[in-house]
Amino acid sequence: MIKVRGLTKDYGARRAVHNLSFDAQQGEIVGFLGPNGAGKTTTMRILTGYMPPTDGEVTVAGYDVVEESLEVRKRVGYLPETVPLYTEMAVFDYLKYMGDLRQIPNVEDRVDEVLEMVGLSDRANGYIANLSKGMRQRVGLAQALLHKPEVLILDEPTIGLDPGQVVEVRELIRAIGKERTVLLSTHLLHEAQNICDRVLIINKGKIIAEDTTENLQSRLAGAERVALRVRGEADKDLIKVIQKVKGVEEAELKADGSVEFEFASGKDARPEVAKQVIQSGYDLLELRPLGMSLEEIFLELTSNEGKKKQ
Amino acid sequence: MKNIWTIAKREYNNYFNGPLAYIVALVIFFSVGAFFVNLLLYGQQQGMYGAPAPDPNFLNVVFVFLMLFLSPAITMRLLSDEARMGTLELLLTAPVRDFELVAGKWLGSVLFVLTLVAFSLIYPIIYNNFITPHIDYKLLISSYIAVILMTFALLGLGVGISAMFSNQFASYFIALGLFFILWFVIGIPANFMSSGGEIFSYMSISDHFTAINTGTVKLGDIVYFLSLTAFGLFVGTTAIEIRRWR
Repeated sequence: MIKVRGLTKDYGARRAVHNLSFDAQQGEIVGFLGPNGAGKTTTMRILTGYMPPTDGEVTVAGYDVVEESLEVRKRVGYLPETVPLYTEMAVFDYLKYMGDLRQIPNVEDRVDEVLEMVGLSDRANGYIANLSKGMRQRVGLAQALLHKPEVLILDEPTIGLDPGQVVEVRELIRAIGKERTVLLSTHLLHEAQNICDRVLIINKGKIIAEDTTENLQSRLAGAERVALRVRGEADKDLIKVIQKVKGVEEAELKADGSVEFEFASGKDARPEVAKQVIQSGYDLLELRPLGMSLEEIFLELTSNEGKKKQ
Repeated sequence: MKNIWTIAKREYNNYFNGPLAYIVALVIFFSVGAFFVNLLLYGQQQGMYGAPAPDPNFLNVVFVFLMLFLSPAITMRLLSDEARMGTLELLLTAPVRDFELVAGKWLGSVLFVLTLVAFSLIYPIIYNNFITPHIDYKLLISSYIAVILMTFALLGLGVGISAMFSNQFASYFIALGLFFILWFVIGIPANFMSSGGEIFSYMSISDHFTAINTGTVKLGDIVYFLSLTAFGLFVGTTAIEIRRWR
């Protein structure tokens, strides 16, 4: 459905996207994971026909994004990062306008349908200016779904939503992803793990990892890190106690009076650590797993790349 | 073509959501109305002496003169605001050609001004009841053709300029400056040149308007207005395309 080969985009002298290649099949949800400024939005804008690439070949649903831009745009639903809405219009009128531009037959029925899907039926006649950020996000999503697009491109679709809505929107995306192709960008690792079948990690305009979410997770989870807190300040004796436990690879004292330690994944050292700490007379207050942050994953991945080259 | 109409319709309705439309209408009808009262009194006075009443065409000169200042305000928002608000991204990823977008915006503003033009017909109709002999209808039609062509051209150029800037006020003042030059300035060199001055007087928008407004409808004048319109829409379309490539 989406085929990208050697995509490059320059903004003046700055190269935003560098020789990007990937595919996305029908019925697949692909996540674009990367920090701000990694080139996610640029790539998405090129896929939607908003701007042409500097170099490379991009086809969506079999149409070239430069040569057959209108055909591509007919088949793509797009939710940009900052949801663009005419705030002076009512929700229903706005969606009807977008539907008219896409020449959808029986547009009013379809608008009712998508409003139902995103849970905004009761606000159909309200002005967009009076909607909360989360609601606006859902209006934007409704706009992207209007014409039953073959390819759905969502730039940070859950940003600004409250937790309940995040769950709803994710379910909606998952349901859509069963039949259509969804490409979504996010900078939240757990979100990508949650919804996507496959993840592309992108940094500085290059793909640095591409894999299914499960594989990526196990590839990265070489060691697990845990924070431990006791009543009062932790001291060197406590470190010694923890280090003695079998499986613990590293333990260090943190400035805030807590201890962080690591153990190889698969050999959970936490129960034994807890037992030893309590037996040594400390009051154990907290034992908290520290997830790998996106930054750490990048460090991990980029340093791995460096090692390979050597 | 359907897209042009869809965009035009929204733009037309949108004018009445804000205060701008009412301010423009107020300024125009207040000013033209003041001249109308004057004309009415003068026309009746002339009638008493048995002299022919003056033509009402001067009212359209007032209308068009005001449009020089007001039409940049009507067009400034059209594409500048879309760019600033980010809604341009939405339109540029919808299956709409760049030209359709620009032409739709233009048509929406034209329809708005033509609504005002239609309302202004009330002045000559009233005037007609007070004077003998009655209005020369051919002259009146010619005058309104001049107003409509002028509307096309000013709004076409305005839309083109609006597509170039994300800032409304930049759009306003650039358009205002351009109209000022086209109306007042560009014809001036013709007065001082012994030969070749025709080029400058041909470029002057006021000369063409005056010609049609006073009853001489020539193909050359019509072509002039339509080419200005087409030029404006072309500039607008190109500006949108350049935005994509940037």
